[in-house]
Amino acid sequence: MAWVWFHRFGSPPHFYRVAGRLTPWFAWPAALLCLSGLIGGLVLAPPDYQQGDGFRIIYVHAPAAWLSLMVYVVMASSAAVGLIWRMTVAHAVAASCAAIGASFTAVALATGMLWGRPMWGTYWEWDPRLTSELLLLFLYLGYMGLRNAIDDIGRADRASAVLAIVGVVNVPIIHYSVTWWNSLHQAPSVMKFGRPTMPAAMLVPLLLMLAGFTAYFVALLLLRSRGELLRRERNARWIAEALAATATG
Amino acid sequence: MNAPRVGFAAAAGALIARDLRLALRRSGDTLQPLGFFLVVTTLFPLALDPQLSLLRDIAPAALWVGALLSSLLALDLLFREDAQDGTLEQLALCGLPFQGLLLAKTAVHWLLTGLPLVLIAPLAATALGAPYRSTPGILAALLLGSVALSLIGAVGAGLTMSLKRNGSLLALLVLPLAVPVLIFGARATALAIAGEPLAAPLYLLAAIAVLAATLAPLALAAAVRIGLE
Amino acid sequence: MLRFLAMGGYARYVWPCYVLTAAVVGLNVHWARSALRAAQAEARRRLASLKAAS
Repeated sequence: MAWVWFHRFGSPPHFYRVAGRLTPWFAWPAALLCLSGLIGGLVLAPPDYQQGDGFRIIYVHAPAAWLSLMVYVVMASSAAVGLIWRMTVAHAVAASCAAIGASFTAVALATGMLWGRPMWGTYWEWDPRLTSELLLLFLYLGYMGLRNAIDDIGRADRASAVLAIVGVVNVPIIHYSVTWWNSLHQAPSVMKFGRPTMPAAMLVPLLLMLAGFTAYFVALLLLRSRGELLRRERNARWIAEALAATATG
Repeated sequence: MNAPRVGFAAAAGALIARDLRLALRRSGDTLQPLGFFLVVTTLFPLALDPQLSLLRDIAPAALWVGALLSSLLALDLLFREDAQDGTLEQLALCGLPFQGLLLAKTAVHWLLTGLPLVLIAPLAATALGAPYRSTPGILAALLLGSVALSLIGAVGAGLTMSLKRNGSLLALLVLPLAVPVLIFGARATALAIAGEPLAAPLYLLAAIAVLAATLAPLALAAAVRIGLE
Repeated sequence: MLRFLAMGGYARYVWPCYVLTAAVVGLNVHWARSALRAAQAEARRRLASLKAAS
């Protein structure tokens, strides 16, 4: 039974239609979740006793960092599905992930640096989390570079899929090695965001933002994948009907 | 597909012999990465105050960055020619385990470019102020590290083999994946130079090398097959 | 209100973060929509030329 669903989902015209209809069901909740998270985080939550109002950066830094990692995993998984089952929809999804993931990795880095400046005194410290984020950015750039370099879109899909899978296996190894390296050369990181001892008033908006960003990503992914799918299914017969049916922009 | 008339061992042996013969004919190509390694490690003292006590501190970094960069250079030799003249295609179609054949090619490549680097590294290390007693540790670390680098680099080479000669893309793909090797290898080398026990990073390095040896052939075969389309 | 904007003195770190994030959020939406529009337009053009050829 699950296989039937799997193969129907993998059918391009079906995916195109359903993705179009589902997008608002993720977009609006995303907006609501983020709005309530922002109000909770910026207005309602009390200032941190150590970091004052500066800690509020967490409400954009943490979702961006979460997205940067989650998107890579989604990218690698759908690339793997596309490679193993030769599913165009999966490749379209993987291709859509790249720019989203890379841009939010950059945001995580920038917000991390802006957070670090008042807290550590410098914009950059080779702490394990920022360094891991930087390496993740390089992984994204390599993925996009490889895609760009190969002209044939099918081959680009398959080659970058291999790269994404190799990358996702490496991400935990890289993170572990960077953490290990950092523990040798510095005192334990001061960047404890007080997570275990975060009062509810601070934690709840954070969870709302994380959920909101996740819903936003799904909506964005559905939107982008439809375009990527059209590019890959150039000569398919279902396109005429699909274009006539959906007069969306 | 018809059953091949040659066994895998015989085919792998023939492949290895052929690669060795070709490399020996063009010994310049295989020696270049070695020369590059020596030049790079020479650059560090030139860019710094050449006091041995200071150089000793940066010796691990210089050795490993040099090893990383020269192994990148050497990767070009791995697949490009055989992809162009059709040899790789024959290997893929001949019915024998493609992963095994590619692994054999990578092994020869390491023998020709990785191993010489490992052997000459103690010389460079001594020039950078490392004491003689650190040589076994340096050898062990670079041995494991160069094997891991060859395997990881081979996957990158397979992915880019049909693209125009573009070293920077290969570097962008391979270097982030090589970071754990760099971290553990440099740490092991630093401990060796300081005379302290280096079992911990050495074991981690060995773990990465084993993981690479297990997973890289899969990725390599997939990558090369895609590149041959 | 001014106290809110001042963010306890951290304003020049906090607000750029939010502005940057909002910008990237918006840019991604824009990219996705224009990519979809472009793909749809391209598909329509191909279908039209195929029809004209047949």
